[in-house]
Amino acid sequence: MSEAVLELIDLNKRFGALQATRDVSLDLYPGEIHALIGPNGAGKSTLIGQIAGSLKPDSGRIVLAGQEITSLSVAQRARLGLGRSFQVSSLAEPLSVKRNVMIAVQALQGHSFRFWKPVQRDESLLAPALEALERMALTHRADTQVAELSHGERRQVEVACALALKPRVLLLDEPMAGLGPEGTAHLTELLEALKLEVPILLIEHDMDAVFRLADRISVLVAGGVIAQGDSAAIRANPQVREAYLGEATC
Amino acid sequence: MNKSDTSTLAPQPGLPTTAASWYDRKGLVQIGLLAFLLLAPLALYFLGHIYYVNLASRITLIAMAAVGLNLAIGYGGMISFGHAAYFGLGGYVAGISAYHAFDFTPVIGWPIAIPGSDSMLVIWLAAILLCGLLALAIGAISLRTTGVYFIMITLAFAQMMYYFANSWPTYGGEDGLPIFLRNGLPWVDTNDALTFFLICFGGLVLSLALTSRIMKSRFGAALTMARLNDTRLATAGISPYPIRLVAFVISAMITGLAGALYADLNGFVSPTMLSWHMSGELMVIVILGGVGRLYGPLAGALLFVMMETLLGGMTEYWQLFLGLVLLFVVLFAKHGVMGWLAGRERHE
Repeated sequence: MSEAVLELIDLNKRFGALQATRDVSLDLYPGEIHALIGPNGAGKSTLIGQIAGSLKPDSGRIVLAGQEITSLSVAQRARLGLGRSFQVSSLAEPLSVKRNVMIAVQALQGHSFRFWKPVQRDESLLAPALEALERMALTHRADTQVAELSHGERRQVEVACALALKPRVLLLDEPMAGLGPEGTAHLTELLEALKLEVPILLIEHDMDAVFRLADRISVLVAGGVIAQGDSAAIRANPQVREAYLGEATC
Repeated sequence: MNKSDTSTLAPQPGLPTTAASWYDRKGLVQIGLLAFLLLAPLALYFLGHIYYVNLASRITLIAMAAVGLNLAIGYGGMISFGHAAYFGLGGYVAGISAYHAFDFTPVIGWPIAIPGSDSMLVIWLAAILLCGLLALAIGAISLRTTGVYFIMITLAFAQMMYYFANSWPTYGGEDGLPIFLRNGLPWVDTNDALTFFLICFGGLVLSLALTSRIMKSRFGAALTMARLNDTRLATAGISPYPIRLVAFVISAMITGLAGALYADLNGFVSPTMLSWHMSGELMVIVILGGVGRLYGPLAGALLFVMMETLLGGMTEYWQLFLGLVLLFVVLFAKHGVMGWLAGRERHE
């Protein structure tokens, strides 16, 4: 197996008396989807915050493509190739879909201190944005205001924004949350095609989607990883059944 | 990309059209406002009403100062309650430079001697540079805060400037500093009311054009995203802080240039130009006209100064009526005069 693109090494994060992240080590290899599951309150959001850069771990290291990013800002991590989507969509609602994606293209090109040329006619911004939208099957919505989109479409726009960054790693925070069965199936298909290009760290509640998509699964309970393995191993693991799947299956 | 893809750029039925033409409702309102501001003083000048030409200059400069503030508040989402600092600094640059040019003393004697100047070009450049530097310092600190703290800290900095000017006897202290001779430009007579108005009008048009151009650029796209959703901007890999800071500096430069002209219009600069009343007045004008609307400051300044002049002539309690109008705008016409005249702004 080739080298890991994303590595978390012994991360710890404490909020007062609560140990929200406990010695978490995880890695993500090219071509795979690594799913992170866990019951509510397991510390998934805290962990994502540390990977994305909005929270600083108390100890431990985060390495992206061989480079340590533990103390970098959100924007710096994004520039190094960390694309992410949010649990609750975080888009500029009054703007069109393409403008939301174009800002990512602009960031990738690194020229935000340009004051003269209008972006509206800038093909070098528009073409890659439309390409990312096409990958998420959203070309027909390019000129629609985000505020007018359905919940599922917003999810897709978020992934398109992340894709437009040409990321090395995609960090998707519950992309299926709130989607109907049809939307989930559609997104599952899109992600399956995507993983060959960009490895994905997937945080997800929808077990069917996780078992279908993930090459490896890590189970987070009370801040720590209690099990790691492929879907068959996770399904069979008695600790996991007790801590998590028990609630869902019986 | 091939040609057929451009079809996605064309407005589709049921979607907001993005093409802004001069002949649509918004374009007509904008041209109408500019034409009124230009033609009314022209006509009044030839009818011999110099007072109204100077009034038009006043409206123009207040509007230009508010165009600067609108870049911070409306486009950048930075609610600055301290733009009087730049308006006043611009004014003092004009006043102090003219003062030293008048009695042939240097502005600064050490380490290098900087002489005073009564040339508007020199004064404008100095006002823009100094206001930019001041905004860089104030913005670098203030932009580390958000919300009500940002409002308070910008106010605090402006008040520091105000009390400093108040207590500096060399330049008149609280009595202010007169400019005995209006500063000059090569080839034109700036003492002529109409000529001076046309200079101010040129400044306003330039600042409007600059704002419009900037907001359509990549920088404008980043600033818009910083206002609407700075998490999205950071997630894309652009740090919001430097984007905001640069916008804040440009905003202060526009307001500062307006301040330099304003001192020349009145032939006088005093700490009043630095006071929080001035900051508040500019803010009221931006809100009246329509926050984040390009021509909002112009519409707001027209309404504000005309109310001040017309109602102020009838009753000294004119601000009571200003309060009522502001209340009406905030409650019922949230998009200001421009929203009411030209319809709601549509983002692309």
